[in-house]
Amino acid sequence: MNKLVEYFRTQMSQDPDVASAVAAIRSLLEFLKRDQSETILGLRENLTKAIGRLQEADSSVAVSSGGELFLRFISLTSLENPDLSQCRNMMIERGELFLKKISLSRGKVAKLCHTFIKDGAKILTHSSSRVVLKVLESAAADKKRFTVYVTESQPDSAGKHMADKLRKLNIPVTIVLDAAVGYIMEKVDMVIVGAEGVVESGGIINKIGTYQMAVCSKAHNKPFYVVAESFKFVRLYPLNQQDVPHRFKYKADTLKTAEDLNQEHPIIDYTPPSLITLLFTDLGVLTPSAVSDELIKLYL
Amino acid sequence: MFKMVNLSFNAVSFLSVCVLYSVLYHRFDSQEARIQMPLAFLLWVTHNNAEMTTVDPPNIAMTSIMGNWPCNSAKKANTGHIGTKSIQSLIMVPEVSEYIVMAFCFLFNLLSAVKRLPEHIQVDDPAVVRKLAKKLERQQIPLRSDYGYKVSLFSHLHQYSRKAPLTQQISIPATVIHPSIVRLGLQYSQGIVAGSNARSVALLHAFKQVIQDYSTPPNEELARDLVNKLKPYISFLNQCRPLSASMGNAIKYIKKEISNIPSQYKEEEAKKKLLSCVDSYVNEKITLAAKGISKYAIDKISDGDVILVYGCSSLVNHILCEAFEKQRKFRVIVVDSRPRLEGREALRRLVNRGIRCTYVLISAVSYVLPEVSKVFLGAHALLANGYVMSRVGTSQIALVAKAYNVPVLVCCETYKFCERVQTDSFVSNELDDPDDLIVTRKGKTHLADWQSETSLGLLNLVYDVTPPDFVDLVITELGMIPCTSVPVVLRVKNVDQ
Repeated sequence: MNKLVEYFRTQMSQDPDVASAVAAIRSLLEFLKRDQSETILGLRENLTKAIGRLQEADSSVAVSSGGELFLRFISLTSLENPDLSQCRNMMIERGELFLKKISLSRGKVAKLCHTFIKDGAKILTHSSSRVVLKVLESAAADKKRFTVYVTESQPDSAGKHMADKLRKLNIPVTIVLDAAVGYIMEKVDMVIVGAEGVVESGGIINKIGTYQMAVCSKAHNKPFYVVAESFKFVRLYPLNQQDVPHRFKYKADTLKTAEDLNQEHPIIDYTPPSLITLLFTDLGVLTPSAVSDELIKLYL
Repeated sequence: MFKMVNLSFNAVSFLSVCVLYSVLYHRFDSQEARIQMPLAFLLWVTHNNAEMTTVDPPNIAMTSIMGNWPCNSAKKANTGHIGTKSIQSLIMVPEVSEYIVMAFCFLFNLLSAVKRLPEHIQVDDPAVVRKLAKKLERQQIPLRSDYGYKVSLFSHLHQYSRKAPLTQQISIPATVIHPSIVRLGLQYSQGIVAGSNARSVALLHAFKQVIQDYSTPPNEELARDLVNKLKPYISFLNQCRPLSASMGNAIKYIKKEISNIPSQYKEEEAKKKLLSCVDSYVNEKITLAAKGISKYAIDKISDGDVILVYGCSSLVNHILCEAFEKQRKFRVIVVDSRPRLEGREALRRLVNRGIRCTYVLISAVSYVLPEVSKVFLGAHALLANGYVMSRVGTSQIALVAKAYNVPVLVCCETYKFCERVQTDSFVSNELDDPDDLIVTRKGKTHLADWQSETSLGLLNLVYDVTPPDFVDLVITELGMIPCTSVPVVLRVKNVDQ
């Protein structure tokens, strides 16, 4: 189990561009290959335990959703074969297929979204998202001229990393304070954010400050676009900010060491679907109400 | 000679079409269909005759008529032009293809005109009332007459009186209707059995009794005869109190099960199978669904919650009792409204369990909402466009809750999902006895003779519809879904069946 977490961390550090869910799924696949259990039920139990361990290591929504989808995807075939190693090979094959599919999903999202960015557009984005970066990359490759405003996104100043990466692509970028979102909203044409998780209601869970940005954009009637891969769809239905489970709101080590959670700052917030205009996923361009449709197809 | 044969052929076919047309006249729903058919036929006749005199106008007229079908006017612009061109080319070609084309559009019109859309109740349309009266006469069910002055906006709905018991108002033929159905109808009309779950369960139990006492007459097949036997019962129950959406779905299920009985089954076997089907329906769709829904709902109840409920929903009461047993700490505010005062029943049930409750009338809802953390509502039916049909007053509570940003959760089993679409509470509703609104206070009954006031009408509505923007979450046994996903669930259910 410890080796699994180590493998996961090395995956994340080796390739900084990979999504945390993809790294988690790669580690789970390795775990599956090295697993020694005798029965299919034992295998599933071990995998569930492994997913639990990974969630403890990196408490992001994407790891939890990616892990659950991985488990569903590989068990979707008929496991009637009495020979365990055959079953295991089939599951490994399915796992590799799943991994290949989701590695391509970011490209699909970028292809769908970059056409919405028009020449001369001013885009506001929040914190550092690799999917948004890919979208802006493909828009720039399409010879479009646009400027980007990025929020600083405390407490980890992720916005500065995003700004550096955008400067390397020769895209004019300005960093704004988190508190300046309302001020800058009248200048921008659209808001594009990534998501750590997409919930059943069609809302999203993302870095703290996203909800604020969504409310401001609604007040100014600016379109609020979300870009997310389909493995981020999670079976959660928060009614409000308080309803999001604690294991997503705080970092894993904070949960273990903190005495009073009310004194800790949450790192994510929930944006309800009424504030989102469109979601760009590798399953297509969806309205928030269509997300539930897709989830029913994925999970039921 | 050839002319005479042709003319006589035309005359015979013309007469036969006239006869056919007059017989089917009443089955046509649209004016378009009624006009198009004879016109198309007339043009066919003239075209035939015109052939011999080589005049072309009928052709042009015919293609313009053909441009009018399919009856859907939205498609007129497109298919008209494409269709007419291809049909024109066909028409120039020898006669056989013409007849084929003619027969085809004749049949198409026939079929498309005869397909019927479900109608809402239309009591103010005398033609519809006559049709209904004729149907009831055929089934030997007495017609119940409306009572009192109806507010003009709702004059298309029935309004019955509850003062005199049903047996005094109409004479119920005991030979035609099974006694358990008679009893059920009386219970419905007096309001003894109320609430959509209770009504459906009572209906299914009565049908079980009917099936048990049923014996197939000679030369009849159980599958068809039993369904025909059920039709007058359903009309009778409809007369006692309009059927609810859940009852409608239950009846559809039973009829399907009965018609799917293979003909080689013996009567005893068939009856046993039907009884077990009914039992499993009640068990799965109502009892087990309630358990599944409370499991999801309890996840949403956290300690320290203040929950608002409206009226008496068996499902919501079940959820709250289960949550209390699972040691969740919460308190409940029960909102009630006249004239039914169903909230008192809910209050009684919750207080008996030991749950802390507050009781208010609906006029105090905006006062009490700032301290509420969640609103739990039951539903009578969930419509295909995501609207929630529930007891009157529900949409009011959802509106005020939305204004205060309090999450509204609707709990509803999937068997109440209905394929109807409604955007307002007027088109299809139920009017209860207006005399229920009369109340005696301090010895004075002010509205006692409201009927003599010509400009006064009393309106006692039973249901209203809540738009999906006011509802945050719908909890069904399939999981938690947003209100807009109801058609998806309906689609998945249809695929399953």
